[in-house]
Amino acid sequence: MTNVLIVGATSAIAQEVAKHFARAGDRLFLVGRNEEKLNAVADDLRVRGAETVATFLMDVNDLERHEPMIEEAERTLGPLDVVLIAHGVLPDQKAAEQDVRLALDTFHTNATSVIALLTPLANRFEQRGRGTIAVISSVAGDRGRQSNYVYGSAKAAVSAFTSGLRNRLHRAGVQVITVKPGMVDTPMTAHMRKGPLFASPEKVGKDIYNAILKGKDVVYTPWYWALIMWLIVHIPESLFKRLKL
Amino acid sequence: MRTYESWGRFPKVRPRQVVPIRWRTDIPALDAFDAPVLAHGMGRSYGDVCLNENGVLLDTTPLSRFIHFDPEQGILRCEAGVTLDQVLELVVPYGWFLPVTPGTKYVTVGGAVANDVHGKNHHHGGTFGRYVTRFELVRSDGSQLICSPEEHGDLFRATIGGLGLTGLITWVEFRLKRIPSALIEEELIRFENLDEFFEISAQSDVDYEYTVAWVDCLAQGKQLGRGIFMRGNHADVPNALYPNSKRKWGVPLDFPEFVLNPLSMKIFNTLYYHRLREKRKTVLVHYEPYFYPLDAIKNWNRIYGRRGMLQFQCVVPFGDHREVIAAIIGRIARSRRASFLAVLKEFGHVASPGLMSFPRPGVTLTLDFPYEGVPTMHLFDDLHALVREAGGAFYPAKDTHMTPEEFRLSYPRWQEFLNYVDPKFSSSFWRRVCPECGD
Repeated sequence: MTNVLIVGATSAIAQEVAKHFARAGDRLFLVGRNEEKLNAVADDLRVRGAETVATFLMDVNDLERHEPMIEEAERTLGPLDVVLIAHGVLPDQKAAEQDVRLALDTFHTNATSVIALLTPLANRFEQRGRGTIAVISSVAGDRGRQSNYVYGSAKAAVSAFTSGLRNRLHRAGVQVITVKPGMVDTPMTAHMRKGPLFASPEKVGKDIYNAILKGKDVVYTPWYWALIMWLIVHIPESLFKRLKL
Repeated sequence: MRTYESWGRFPKVRPRQVVPIRWRTDIPALDAFDAPVLAHGMGRSYGDVCLNENGVLLDTTPLSRFIHFDPEQGILRCEAGVTLDQVLELVVPYGWFLPVTPGTKYVTVGGAVANDVHGKNHHHGGTFGRYVTRFELVRSDGSQLICSPEEHGDLFRATIGGLGLTGLITWVEFRLKRIPSALIEEELIRFENLDEFFEISAQSDVDYEYTVAWVDCLAQGKQLGRGIFMRGNHADVPNALYPNSKRKWGVPLDFPEFVLNPLSMKIFNTLYYHRLREKRKTVLVHYEPYFYPLDAIKNWNRIYGRRGMLQFQCVVPFGDHREVIAAIIGRIARSRRASFLAVLKEFGHVASPGLMSFPRPGVTLTLDFPYEGVPTMHLFDDLHALVREAGGAFYPAKDTHMTPEEFRLSYPRWQEFLNYVDPKFSSSFWRRVCPECGD
C-alpha cells in the first residue's frame, strides 16, 4: 500500500496518474483549489479501487499553508511514500511580455510554489531515507524560446531545482523524478491547434506512473521529445537566436 | 487531432465549433452559443444523429469519471462520457455485466441512453433504457434536473431514446446484471434459408438469453437468407471473471475503394458461411469476441475508404414479416451490393421505456453498404419502400436516408416528444427528419 500526495490533483495529467494508483488500491491525498472538482476526482478514484482518498483545498501560491497541508496529509495517510507535484499555468506569452505582474505570477505558480513545497517535503523524505518525489516540469524548460520563455524559464528553474535535489537525496535513498512532458491535449492547451505531436493525458499519465514505479531520473513523455529536445538544445546560439521557435 | 465524424463517415459535415465538457459541475452556459448545440461522445452512431452541421458539438468524452459503484447491489453511477468498455473493466471482476450491450463497447453511457441501445438479449432484457434508474439533464435555460421514473418522469421517458435533443446528459445511474463468469457458452448453427432461421429463432427464444444471426445476403433462390445462427448464455465457469484486454489490431489507412467490390464480397460471404463445417457447434468464448467481434479491429470503418458507408437497420412488425424480410434480402442479393455485416434478429415483446425508442416487436435486419452514390441511393429507396409498406420502422442511430414522413410513421409519438425537445438543441439528423421542428 502506497501513500501518495498529489498537488494539482484536478489537472488532466494528475487525474490519469492517480487512476493507476487507485487501481493498485493505494491511498491518496489530493490537493487542489476547487472543491467540487476535487470531489469529482476523489469519487472516481474511490470507485476505481483507491483504499483511501482525502482532499485538501489549497492555492499553491498560499505558501503559508504548505506545511499544514503536508502535516494533514501525513496525519490522514501516515508517512508519505510518493509525492506528485502536477500544478501549473500556461500564460499567454505575448501578454506576459507586456505585463510584469503576469510574468511574475506565472513564475510564482510554476516555480516558486514548487520550490516552497519541495523544501519541507525533501527534508521529511531525507530523514526517512525512502520515497519518491515526482515533479512535472516541461520540455519548455530545456531551452528558452521566443514563443514561450516566460513559462519555459519557470520550468527551467523546476528542472534545475529537481536536478540538484536528486543529486542531494540520492545518498539518502530518495528518488527524485523530473518529468518533462511535451505538448499534451489538456485544458491548459485548449486554445492551441492540435498537431501530430500532441499526446493524450492518458499516455502521459501512464508514462509518469511507470517512471515512479521504476524510479527513473528524468523522463521525457512521450519518449520522442527526448530526441526533439536534444536537437533543439544542440543548435548553436548564434543560429538559434535567428530562428522563430 | 480528433475528427468529429460519425462511424459511417457519411454524410461529411462539419460543426462550427467543438466544446469539450470537462466537469459536470462546470457546464458552459448553453444559451450563450449562437448556434444549436448537441452532445457528441465516441461518434459510433453511423448516420447523422451525432452530427451538427454548422452547430456546436459538446464533446462529452472528457466527462469520464465514475461517481459511485455499489458492488453488492450492482448499481453504477458515472459521468455520461464513460464508455461501456470502461464500465466492463470496472464491474466484470466483481461479477457484474452490462444489462444490455450493443455490438461495440466503444460507446458512451450517455450515447447508450440517448439512442436507447439494444443488443442480442432484446427478447429477454429489452433496451438499455430499462435499466436506467436516473440521470442528470442540463437544459439550455440553465436548469440541472435529476430525472427518474418518479421525478420529471416525462422528461426521463423523452430523454431515453431522445437522440440528445432534450438537453445534455451529464451523468447516468443504471443497474447491472449478475454473471457467473466472463465466458459465454455459444452455439453456432448453420441454416439453409430464411424458413430455417425463423424455426431456430423460435426454438431459441426461451432457453437462450442471446440470439442473433449472420446472413449471407448474396445467396439467392433456395438458399436465400442462409446464414449462421449464434445463440448463447453466460457460462457458469469458476474463477473466470476477467475483462479481456488483448492488443487491438488497427486499420492503418483508408482502403482504396476497389477492395470492396461485388466479387470480394461474394468470396467473403461464401467463405464465412462455410467456416462452419458442421451443422452445429458449441464453443466457450470470452464475452469480448462474442459481443464485440469488430472492436478487435480499431477503425474497422476505414476498410470502406474515404467514401464511407451507409448503415441500414429496420424492424418489420410480426405478421407478414417472413415475406417482407425475404423480399428485402432478395432485393439486396439482386443488387450484388451486399455487406458482410448482415444481421438478423427477432426483437421480443419487452416494452421500450423511451417515447422514441426504436425496438418494438418484430424482426430487425441490419446491413452496411459502401457508399457508391446513386446506385446505393436507389437500393435504399427500394428497401425503404418495402419497410414502409410493411408498417416497419427505421433506426435513427444507423440512418442516413429516412424521410420526414418515414420518421413520423416510425415514431408515432413524435408530436408528444416535441414538448420535451430543448429549443437550443438540434442535430443534422433532426433538421433532416423534422425540418419544421426547429422553429
